Amino acid sequence: MTKSFEINRRNTLKLLGAACALPLATRSLFAQDAGPVTVGVIYSGSKEDYGYNKSHALAAARLKELPGVTVVEEERVPETVAVQRTMEGMIRQDGAALIIATSFGYFKPHVQQIAAKYPEVMFAHCGGLWDEAMPANIGTFYGYIYSAQYITGIVAAHMTKTKKLGVVAAKPTPNLIRSINAFTIAARSVDPAITVQVIFTGDWVLPVREAESTNSLIDQGVDVVASQVDSPKVVVETAEKRGVYSCGYHSSQADIAPERFLTGAEWNWIVPYTAFLDAVRAGRPPEHYLRGGLAAEFVKNTPFGAAVSDAAKAGAERAQAELIAGTRAIYSGPLKDNKGDIVIPEGTVFAENERKLDKIDYLVDGVLGQM
Amino acid sequence: MHATTLAQAESPARNRTTSYLSALAPLGAVATAALIFAVFVSLYGHDPIKVFTYIFEGGFGSGFAWQDTLSRAAPLILVGLAVAIPAQAGMVVIGGEGALVAGGLAAAIVTLPFAGYPALPMQLLMLVAGVLFGAVWFGLVGALRQWRGLNETISSLLLVYIALAIFHQLVEGVLRDPASLDKPSTHPIDAGYMLPAIPGTYIHIGLLIAVGMAVLAFVFIRFTTWGFALRVVGGSDRVARMIGLKVDRWIIGAAAAGGGMAGLAGAIEVAAVQGTANSSLHVGYGYSGILVAFLSRHHPLAVIPVAILIGGIQASGSLLQRRLGLPDATVLVLQGIIFVCVLVGDAVIRNHKENGRA
Repeated sequence: MTKSFEINRRNTLKLLGAACALPLATRSLFAQDAGPVTVGVIYSGSKEDYGYNKSHALAAARLKELPGVTVVEEERVPETVAVQRTMEGMIRQDGAALIIATSFGYFKPHVQQIAAKYPEVMFAHCGGLWDEAMPANIGTFYGYIYSAQYITGIVAAHMTKTKKLGVVAAKPTPNLIRSINAFTIAARSVDPAITVQVIFTGDWVLPVREAESTNSLIDQGVDVVASQVDSPKVVVETAEKRGVYSCGYHSSQADIAPERFLTGAEWNWIVPYTAFLDAVRAGRPPEHYLRGGLAAEFVKNTPFGAAVSDAAKAGAERAQAELIAGTRAIYSGPLKDNKGDIVIPEGTVFAENERKLDKIDYLVDGVLGQM
Repeated sequence: MHATTLAQAESPARNRTTSYLSALAPLGAVATAALIFAVFVSLYGHDPIKVFTYIFEGGFGSGFAWQDTLSRAAPLILVGLAVAIPAQAGMVVIGGEGALVAGGLAAAIVTLPFAGYPALPMQLLMLVAGVLFGAVWFGLVGALRQWRGLNETISSLLLVYIALAIFHQLVEGVLRDPASLDKPSTHPIDAGYMLPAIPGTYIHIGLLIAVGMAVLAFVFIRFTTWGFALRVVGGSDRVARMIGLKVDRWIIGAAAAGGGMAGLAGAIEVAAVQGTANSSLHVGYGYSGILVAFLSRHHPLAVIPVAILIGGIQASGSLLQRRLGLPDATVLVLQGIIFVCVLVGDAVIRNHKENGRA
């Protein structure tokens, strides 16, 4: 530990020295080679949460392996002045040239304020929407996780016997709704008789209520439980104990439920991380709206669990190939919401990156439950 | 029973050494905690001297560190007062988080109908709204205690859950800004109404407000007859009744004043930092206030340095994570050890006093 600190500091000094020595004009020229870059990664929860924060921590660990990259991390940073001070500390004390802020709540006002104060540092925010009024050194990134949730839905549909699937979800935010709908659309493409019962717990991390919701779903006859919370550990664990199948989210929960875990929708953040790192090295401004799905490998599925049948695997692999090739669309008309109204008219087909879906506010036909 | 209120601290000391002990105990407790913590980090293979160096460097070692510490200390002073003021009347109220979100939400919505007004009245309006809502929330705690016989510690804690449920229901329901897609929030307040930073720093003005409130609380409790009455109520409500004090009013009033402080902390968090009310308001400040108040022995002025100490420890947690790769829980462990040592110290002193009297 002592040693690595010394090296860090030396590196930082070297970096600072190099930055001072290089005239701005030649910066991009020199920046092409893999010079040392310090990247600061900030998490709102624990890196070991078996969920969202871990998905970022895994990518940060991959970043560390790249030559010339030093990563400084801080977990459980609240969305208050604390995160502003953390960002500044990373910049001023550690010499970070790229700050990756992974929680939605960091965007406004925290990243905005610090980015305005340090225009020479690049900020990459996960989930934010950049607009012209914001500092130019802010980039945002996110993944079309609903595509991976669609594939999860295909697997779940093949495995259910009761034709009742369940989802334990946090809050009815557009991103979660888009995923729950995709999961449902996928399942009903396999068997239109399938229904998806959704329970919103009300917050991102509520382990007790997540366990209660999982039990309640299983009591109602659900035999595959999917999870849309920050840390699906409790849901997956509870389902395994009750002897029903489970689907994960964010990172892999396969080792929690070795018998009945099916698959899950996972983030592959190293792809956008590397894109921003390259921009820093090349002296380019950040991508303001960096998004990607299955084809761009921003998202992926957890390898199939032991219980998954061959038919389910085949269905999932076919769906994945077609989604990547663009020959299958998840959201296409005619599509009804669960109140019976047409929300996407016949003949309309939404691509994976359709911006209208960013604001989605309806649950599709087949979802039992309301927002 | 409440050995830590001001009333006892400066009642004609039966025994001078005891009162010195009372004052020195928190220092001793912090020192003991530091020792235990040093053993703890060595067990995890870290050099305790290095760890303490970083704690100092991260919290107090530079101008940057001081600004970091002080901006974290601002809400801690107020939530510390939220525990310390009711303690003067003999109450242990620990649900500051509930009053904080109530006050924060009130501040976030009170100016929404008014756009383009001069900033100052709007800022005052936000702060007053925060104080009022926090005061009502804790007033409820005092009233439940006096009229329904409910223990204020338990009721205030349970009211946190109710406050949070109402808060989320409103922020994610009728008060939600439709533009806040994946982070449900109220409509942002007019940018012109935001509280400014202290000139020359990036610490918001809330720090000065908080220090002002602590001084005000101290002067009120120490130098006014009302403050004296309050201490009498805290000392013994039977005596207070005998001399004709309206105990219910004093108890409910003290609880409400504490709630007002927590509500003010919420309002400042909205008006100086967040600019809106959302789940970022609920980050556990209210619970840190318990630590601050107990460590300062419920003395309103002592709340200030203690809040700065805790703010500094939290600030240094940032550096510990980045430099030594220690988990975030490290500084929580330190805070927890300090808290336990203070409680043990209190018990020791209480024993000492009782033995002295016997």
